[in-house]
Amino acid sequence: MGIMTWTWIMVGLTFALYIGIAIWSKARTTGDFYVAARQVHPVLNGMATGADWMSAASFISMAGLIAFLGRDGSMYLMGWTGGYVLLAMLLAPYLRKYGKYTVPMFVGERYYSQTARTVAVICAIFVSFVYVAGQMRGVGVVFSRFLEVDINTGVLIGMAIVFFYAVLGGMKGITYTQVAQYCVLITAYLIPAIFIALMFTGIPIPQIGLGAALSEAGQRLLNTDAGYLLEKLDQIQRDLGLPAFTSGLKPRIDVFAITLTLMVGTAGLPHIIIRFFTTPKVRDARASAGWALFFIAILYTTAPAVGAFAKLNFIKTVHGKTYAEAPSWFKNWEKTGLIIWVDKNGDGRMQYGPGKPFKGKPILVKDEKGNLVRGKYGQVVVKNEVIPNTPNELYVDRDIMVLANPEIAKLPAWVVALVAAGGLAAALSTAAGLLLVISSALSHDLLKNVIAPQISERTELFAARIAAALAVLVAGYFGIHPPGFVAQVVAFAFGLAASSFFPIIVLGVFWKRTTREGAIAGMLTGIIFTAAYIIYFKFINPAANTPEHWWFRISPEGIGMIGMIINFIVTVLVSLVTKEPPKQVQEMVLSLRYPKEM
Amino acid sequence: MALSKEQMSAYWRRNLKYIVFLLAIWFTVSYLFGIIFVDQLDQIKMGGYPLGFWFACQGSEMIFVVLIAIYVKLMNRLDQEFGVAEV
Repeated sequence: MGIMTWTWIMVGLTFALYIGIAIWSKARTTGDFYVAARQVHPVLNGMATGADWMSAASFISMAGLIAFLGRDGSMYLMGWTGGYVLLAMLLAPYLRKYGKYTVPMFVGERYYSQTARTVAVICAIFVSFVYVAGQMRGVGVVFSRFLEVDINTGVLIGMAIVFFYAVLGGMKGITYTQVAQYCVLITAYLIPAIFIALMFTGIPIPQIGLGAALSEAGQRLLNTDAGYLLEKLDQIQRDLGLPAFTSGLKPRIDVFAITLTLMVGTAGLPHIIIRFFTTPKVRDARASAGWALFFIAILYTTAPAVGAFAKLNFIKTVHGKTYAEAPSWFKNWEKTGLIIWVDKNGDGRMQYGPGKPFKGKPILVKDEKGNLVRGKYGQVVVKNEVIPNTPNELYVDRDIMVLANPEIAKLPAWVVALVAAGGLAAALSTAAGLLLVISSALSHDLLKNVIAPQISERTELFAARIAAALAVLVAGYFGIHPPGFVAQVVAFAFGLAASSFFPIIVLGVFWKRTTREGAIAGMLTGIIFTAAYIIYFKFINPAANTPEHWWFRISPEGIGMIGMIINFIVTVLVSLVTKEPPKQVQEMVLSLRYPKEM
Repeated sequence: MALSKEQMSAYWRRNLKYIVFLLAIWFTVSYLFGIIFVDQLDQIKMGGYPLGFWFACQGSEMIFVVLIAIYVKLMNRLDQEFGVAEV
């Protein structure tokens, strides 16, 4: 059976599983819909959080990101895991004790202010929409890569499936499908990684293989002498004029700022925080954060190994070879434009090195029948303008470092199909989690709280379903017509979350003197400062977006750290000069600290 | 059983102590070992891993998991000790 048939079977089976779970876990009450009736076991909640957290980008792009960034890529690895420590200790148990449905609700009640709640609703919806558009697009991209359907058709299929289980099951349906999706995606990620680690080092655990020596079989495959894999990779990169893989180039202060922004941003993202509302007890919320990080770390510690193995393999099997000698995966993925060779020096050999081979993303040349036009050696040809003064002749999309792995490891077709199902699982699970935040913000925070407080639970449940359905439609629309700013903004969602939500939630729990005025002032100064810095360097004056113009040499990606500090300072100062919070609020804050009702 | 005011604040102070201690380790392994002193630590090799690189790409993530596990254990014990655990 061919790869395509296998992929349809695998995707069909996993989708049938998700639909089956949705029917089994239909939501009957608003409690089911918003927080899965608070009956989710901490281990299962950990898996669901893992799937919620790991998006298509984590699954498909993370390893490639590290393959090209080297040690600098660690800011993403640390940044996207360290936030769970903050969640477990500073947020999750207290918000679980609070025991309501949404983050804006907590903000509104803790700060005894409808304004604060409204600001929080707007932030939550904005951050979630920006994020979810990218996920829907991700579903489409996975479909188009593996099943050769149009990206937009892929988005529509994805919408249909998310529509089904999010609208029907709410948080309950989403949680249990996310558990299944976690299992699919982690299996799909680990199988190729384990086989590649075995192939090169003889060790089946990628995390250990990365620090090990090449095995004899690995030396033969890569046509190199004995030594540690990382040292070989460093050496080869240096020989090509590239920085060593294990070295970093970015200024340290910027790596520090970006890492901290990502960590704090993680802990401030509503779709992650609400996952901790679903556990039966406070102690389960803490344990859940631990399990979530455990399940996430399995993928995130495998990613650098995958990146290094794939990079080493890529350079050794492609660089300096003729097109006829190129491995089969090269020729398969060339057709999708993920890897392209232009013979700049006309020697008939493929050279890799620093710099770009041509401008922009590849535009493949096709004849009038829509078939690819081939060059002198049979290679795919592109229209792009060549950059002549760089030695590099190869365009490599970072996603190939994951997508081509099953073929590199010579695994059977069904593993390729499994990777496709894994990519879809990663994108769908994240999309569903975000849609729930949007739906609950609309039906609970706006409708039930502001517009029509008298509605019955049944009406609210119905409204929640309608809100989820609307959110799916809008997200799908943005997936098909992605606004140009989305890609730009996703990277900054963390900075915005870090500089707005995190400080006021933490202070709200740990310092009962924090006042409404303090929180609103802090949120506004934090987010306005961060947004202004980002907008200035990214949109108003992109030419100045270089380290010498940045404040303290901190890039727009890392500025959330400063925004967060400003938020903390402003909140504390304003709180000290304003009237202390009402008695019952202070009592509520104290009660959050003790798991049992006091 | 109701707790006295002193017991309640003793419970909270212990919790804060655990948090400060564990977050100090959190900061050390990631920001100090993985970022600020990464090049110095890279002089030390652990198998094929330069040590700083290991902390940045592998160690921090694994230690984070352990830190949460320790916190969960400590807090479960503390909840029992003060009788504030949920039934």
